[in-house]
Amino acid sequence: MAMAADDIAAMIKAALPDAEVEITDLAGDGDHYAARVVSAAFAGKNRVQQHKLVYEALGGRMGGALHALQLTTAVPN
Amino acid sequence: MSDTNSRIADIVNANAVVLFMKGTPLFPQCGFSSRAVAILEHCGVEFASVDVLQDQDIRQGIKAYSDWPTIPQLYVKGEFVGGSDIMMEMFEAGELQQLLQDQQITN
Repeated sequence: MAMAADDIAAMIKAALPDAEVEITDLAGDGDHYAARVVSAAFAGKNRVQQHKLVYEALGGRMGGALHALQLTTAVPN
Repeated sequence: MSDTNSRIADIVNANAVVLFMKGTPLFPQCGFSSRAVAILEHCGVEFASVDVLQDQDIRQGIKAYSDWPTIPQLYVKGEFVGGSDIMMEMFEAGELQQLLQDQQITN
């Protein structure tokens, strides 16, 4: 069960409206992605908390429908 | 479930550095687990590992334990540090080495 890159980005933006989301399909197979998410919502949070916000946005798909998402989070400059 | 939770708690408290992974350090069964092992080896620390593929209770239970949906998971001195992406970010920033040094784990 793979997910389309646009769906991943849309789910993240639905939960974090200010987020800049950049998705890269790492293997070209629609199943291994990298995501870079930049949002003010990450301010003051540690990395674990930041990644959890993104995982929550994906509503439980992480580790299930979405096997491989290499995640990088950052606060806007 | 609570039994699994206490088994996990025993493991993370009994080992200063422990990696829950798919496969073993010698034969990782997933690219993310492989990367986590490589990072720890670069740090030059001894670590315990748990192959979640050998234990379905642990495999599911570890996700609930730290409310973290994926494997691998790294614990240092009983605290959840992160998955392989966070390990890589911390390693590149020198923070992982610092954490291990602060906990007096580095050789």
